[in-house]
Amino acid sequence: MLYDALIGPFTEFEFMRRALAAVIALALAGAPIGVFLMLRRMSLVGDAMAHAILPGAAVGFLLSGLNLFAMTAGGLIAGFAVAILAGVVARSTGLKEDASLATFYLASLALGVTIVSIKGTNIDLLHVLFGNILAMDDQTLLVVAFNATVTLLVLAVIYRPLVIESVDPLFLRTVSRAGGPAHLAFLALVVVNLVNGFQALGTLLAVGLMILPAGIARFWSRDLTAMICIAVVAAAISGYAGLVLSFQTRVPSGPAIILVATMIYIVSVLFGSVGGLVRQMFPGRHLEA
Amino acid sequence: MAALHFHNVTLGYDRHPAVHHLSGEIARGALVAVIGPNGAGKSTLLRGIVGILRPLDGSIHLGGLDSRDIAYLPQSAEIDRSFPISVFDFVGTGLWRGTGLFGGIGKAARGKILGAIGAVGLNGFENRPIGTLSGGQMQRVLFARVLLQDASLIVLDEPFNAIDSKTTTDLLALVERWHGEGRTVLAALHDMEMVRNHFSETLVLARGPVAWGPTAEVLTPENLLVAMRMCEAFDDTAAACAGDDISSRAA
Repeated sequence: MLYDALIGPFTEFEFMRRALAAVIALALAGAPIGVFLMLRRMSLVGDAMAHAILPGAAVGFLLSGLNLFAMTAGGLIAGFAVAILAGVVARSTGLKEDASLATFYLASLALGVTIVSIKGTNIDLLHVLFGNILAMDDQTLLVVAFNATVTLLVLAVIYRPLVIESVDPLFLRTVSRAGGPAHLAFLALVVVNLVNGFQALGTLLAVGLMILPAGIARFWSRDLTAMICIAVVAAAISGYAGLVLSFQTRVPSGPAIILVATMIYIVSVLFGSVGGLVRQMFPGRHLEA
Repeated sequence: MAALHFHNVTLGYDRHPAVHHLSGEIARGALVAVIGPNGAGKSTLLRGIVGILRPLDGSIHLGGLDSRDIAYLPQSAEIDRSFPISVFDFVGTGLWRGTGLFGGIGKAARGKILGAIGAVGLNGFENRPIGTLSGGQMQRVLFARVLLQDASLIVLDEPFNAIDSKTTTDLLALVERWHGEGRTVLAALHDMEMVRNHFSETLVLARGPVAWGPTAEVLTPENLLVAMRMCEAFDDTAAACAGDDISSRAA
């Protein structure tokens, strides 16, 4: 009975196995990015970037129909353009990054909507907004896995400057010029993972599988490495449980995955060992020294 | 033999000078105090030396030093104390010049890091997250990182602000050790007693240089009074400075 509910769908249906492979790839690459987004106080930057990507994907859709490569390419171009322009403007002027990002993502959104309305085509907006992980073909799965692999490799290269830049940007500026490129590479990784999640979860929820696991991890560890591991595990569990939920109840997969992550988040806020509410209310007797 | 050479340097913000027409040089191995009232341009000068602020005019020569040969301790470091990083890892970033992007932290490096943490009196703090340290402990951590940077020019911006006397004594001993090792040390300071007792050379700054030389000759009531009278506010309607710089007049 339990087997039928939890494992059966995956042994029985190929599309469920593909979906599971996709969410695990998304968890492996997206969750570490989410941890850095959170620690760098850029949680909502991911959200803004998701909006910036939408027009690019829409234009790709307009030009070549429901072709995932065209949509991915469009999303990547729009996302990179916004991320890099915003990053360059913030670094070469006194403007804060969030302010310059807001300008560019709104411009991108406006431009995208303009192009779409001029062409006058009707887009299946729901599909773009919420994705469809259960309709994933081999090609898409390969793209997702490839993006995840690239993300982990690039993250390994920029890990050290990224950490130092997050803690003490001024120090990094005095010892190295790696800070700027590392930051831009990180923004590029955010875009890649948003586009990646976009096929499975849709533009609006793609950032969810990055940020929610990071928030969860914050309640269970004070160590960066441990936080990244916890976030990946939390994302993978959310993905798996969300797929099962979606299969059994016909809730769309994207929202199901994010809702499961939200449940884990709530449990973490209540019972987390680092700053959880219950821990705060019953901290135990104070120590001797 | 000069470690630093200022050639008619003007540093500032939005074209307003915060350090105005400073010329002179600092000998290798000198121990120099920079004093002056708030807003006198001390921090601005140090930022110019480190290279994070480009001069509006004139130039600063580092005497063959790379910018990586400078260890800089800013006044209000932009450190995110909530970031989950241990004292050990944080101090370890001081080895950047040797490790760079990928270099491993081997046994020798680990020994160096532990040595630096011990030298600032923080034995046993290695695994503590930096967010749990007090202000004085954090300052010790920052000194430990400077120690590891092994730089020939060390620039400290008001390093003893809001630090108790014991910590100040400990950290001052480190400054004297660096001086003993032949490193050039520059420090912006407010404590005249400390300057008189520990620093051989002093620059009194009040936007423009008021006096510069051996501490005993420079640290006179007259000079301090001149520095104190400096007008802090920028004049929004100020005309372009004619100055005495030929190249800027030609342009």
